[in-house]
Amino acid sequence: MEKFEKLTAIVAPIDRPNVDTDAIIPKQFLKSIKRTGFGPNLFDEWRYLDHGEPGMDNSKRKLNPEFVLNQSRYKDAKILLARDNFGCGSSREHAPWALQDYGFRAIIAPSYADIFFNNSFKNGILLIILDAAIVDRLFKAVTAQVGYQLTIDLAANMIKTPEGETISFEVDEFRKHRLLNGLDDIGLTLQQTDDIKAYEVRRRQEAPWLFS
Amino acid sequence: MAGRTLYDKIWDAHVVRDNGDGTALIYIDRHLVHEVTSPQAFEGLRLAGRKPWRVDVNLATPDHNVPTTDRSKGIADPVSRTQVETLDQNCREFGITEFKMEDLRQGIVHVIGPEQGATLPGMTVVCGDSHTSTHGAFGALAFGIGTSEVEHVLATQCLVQKKSRSMLIRVDRKAGPSVTAKDIVLAIIGKIGTAGGTGYAVEFAGEAIRDLSIEGRMTLCNMAIEAGARAGMVAADQKTIDYVRGRPYAPKDMHWAMAEGAWRDLVSDADAKFDAVVTLDATTFVPQVTWGTSPEMVVAVGARVPDPARESDPVKRDGMQKALDYMGLKANTPITSIAVDKVFIGSCTNSRIEDLRAAAVAIKGGKVASTVKLAMVVPGSGLVKQQAEQEGLDKIFLEAGFEWRDPGCSMCLAMNADRLEPGERCASTSNRNFEGRQGQGGRTHLVSPAMAAAAAIAGHFIDIGKLG
Repeated sequence: MEKFEKLTAIVAPIDRPNVDTDAIIPKQFLKSIKRTGFGPNLFDEWRYLDHGEPGMDNSKRKLNPEFVLNQSRYKDAKILLARDNFGCGSSREHAPWALQDYGFRAIIAPSYADIFFNNSFKNGILLIILDAAIVDRLFKAVTAQVGYQLTIDLAANMIKTPEGETISFEVDEFRKHRLLNGLDDIGLTLQQTDDIKAYEVRRRQEAPWLFS
Repeated sequence: MAGRTLYDKIWDAHVVRDNGDGTALIYIDRHLVHEVTSPQAFEGLRLAGRKPWRVDVNLATPDHNVPTTDRSKGIADPVSRTQVETLDQNCREFGITEFKMEDLRQGIVHVIGPEQGATLPGMTVVCGDSHTSTHGAFGALAFGIGTSEVEHVLATQCLVQKKSRSMLIRVDRKAGPSVTAKDIVLAIIGKIGTAGGTGYAVEFAGEAIRDLSIEGRMTLCNMAIEAGARAGMVAADQKTIDYVRGRPYAPKDMHWAMAEGAWRDLVSDADAKFDAVVTLDATTFVPQVTWGTSPEMVVAVGARVPDPARESDPVKRDGMQKALDYMGLKANTPITSIAVDKVFIGSCTNSRIEDLRAAAVAIKGGKVASTVKLAMVVPGSGLVKQQAEQEGLDKIFLEAGFEWRDPGCSMCLAMNADRLEPGERCASTSNRNFEGRQGQGGRTHLVSPAMAAAAAIAGHFIDIGKLG
């Protein structure tokens, strides 16, 4: 997993609540058996004017000029600003894969759906939760100023605005630790092999039907 | 010591190790696998040279991509075919039991787990699918995971989890005869919202919940995720035990006696404390219909499409207007005047035998309206299909003009060939009315099986409670 330490980048706003993972990456792209290559189909139904299917040459498709990510001012965005309950619906990890493949490394929103939240951190994307009022203020600032950038410092739990304001945020210590160090979850758990085996011995006594 | 909730009891029994940082390593008893969210996990195992920790707890089946017609011809879409073949190869390579496409036991993963007795009370059950919450109906802790976690479970039989807060949703008194589990859960989501359960493990309780059959409880828990809760659960009782007994994967002989004793303790203690409590009165419930693009956008069938002008929150108002534009609906339109183009009866929410029986009853000898282009019934598994045919339900559907299909996820998410065309409106027994969910530009109204069948016959939504 890629480490996340500090990031200064353009912010792109997706101004609607309940953005679901079907919208982030539509189902036809879930047929891939790979982890990569989902970026060109991120927000496919909003982003293009035609219907997208796997295997199409996306560079030849007609873009929806209304969609925020198609506007040149947000071209190099690496931070996504979103509303409540971002990432709701299906558990597909293809959603964070698509966001990451497109280039997003951090998202700021008032709330996220649980499974999406977990999946994102496992792919090196930092999800920041801020008060709805602060998020609202950021939406206004981002749309008012072309080239609006934020600096996120994970070690310091701090966001810096272009105006020099600092906004602090909280993130679970265990997630922060893994993100800062780019740690592999499975490798960490396998260091606890003895605990797992001891549990199995104990549990087999209590509930043998789970082991037959 | 304060009493423990059902969630506390299952959690405590599965803690392998408390990491001391707010997380614990939790042991997983059952892992269900399907073709969409597993290929990258198996690939990860291969790349790292790892093997599954316990092969025997995994059960796999292809469901999202499988065709529901002409299965003998295989899968026409080469990309879908590759995904299903990849599951076959992975299961063969790693020795995992798979009910393949041609197997009578194949079906939607959340239908076959309980059907086989592979889902048991008190278990931790996971699957790379958000609707894994379904299995909570058995007094199990069941939740959906992403592909990284699928790989993690395969490799370690464990997951690193942060304990959720607990919520009790108590539905008191008795629901009316036309009110199904689907209506109850849609009404709950309408009340608490699609993020109302976020961060919580929800236990459903109260007379109206106890009155539900096990299949009804599965419908209820299935949609806990649509309220934002990763896990929904119902305490085990005699119905649970009776349902599980004798199924192929259920414990036998001495183990059955032990298990049955342990399962009777799978209830929240009387003095257990929940972090949040919601109480509702089932006598106020009526059949529900969603009007928008989020399951919380739901009203009673006798109501009208809500008017954004009456919403004071600007973000919500804008969301409502976007939903109405997408759905091609005008505010204040009576729900019963909305005509449908297609009807879909199926999905992990509503494709079990009781769902099909309820739909068959609602047909009442009628014919699918001439304005309805397609009405289809997709049973949840090969065994559900077989049972329905033994009961003659297939004939009732076929004579009324419904198509009678083979089992799979089908038009719930349209990964196979079953989908809505742009602008088509569907009465659907599935779980998500998101934009494009059933096909790009498709418009979904979520309803119960009886409501869907009645809409197919009438050509528009009708209040089945008023049919008498």
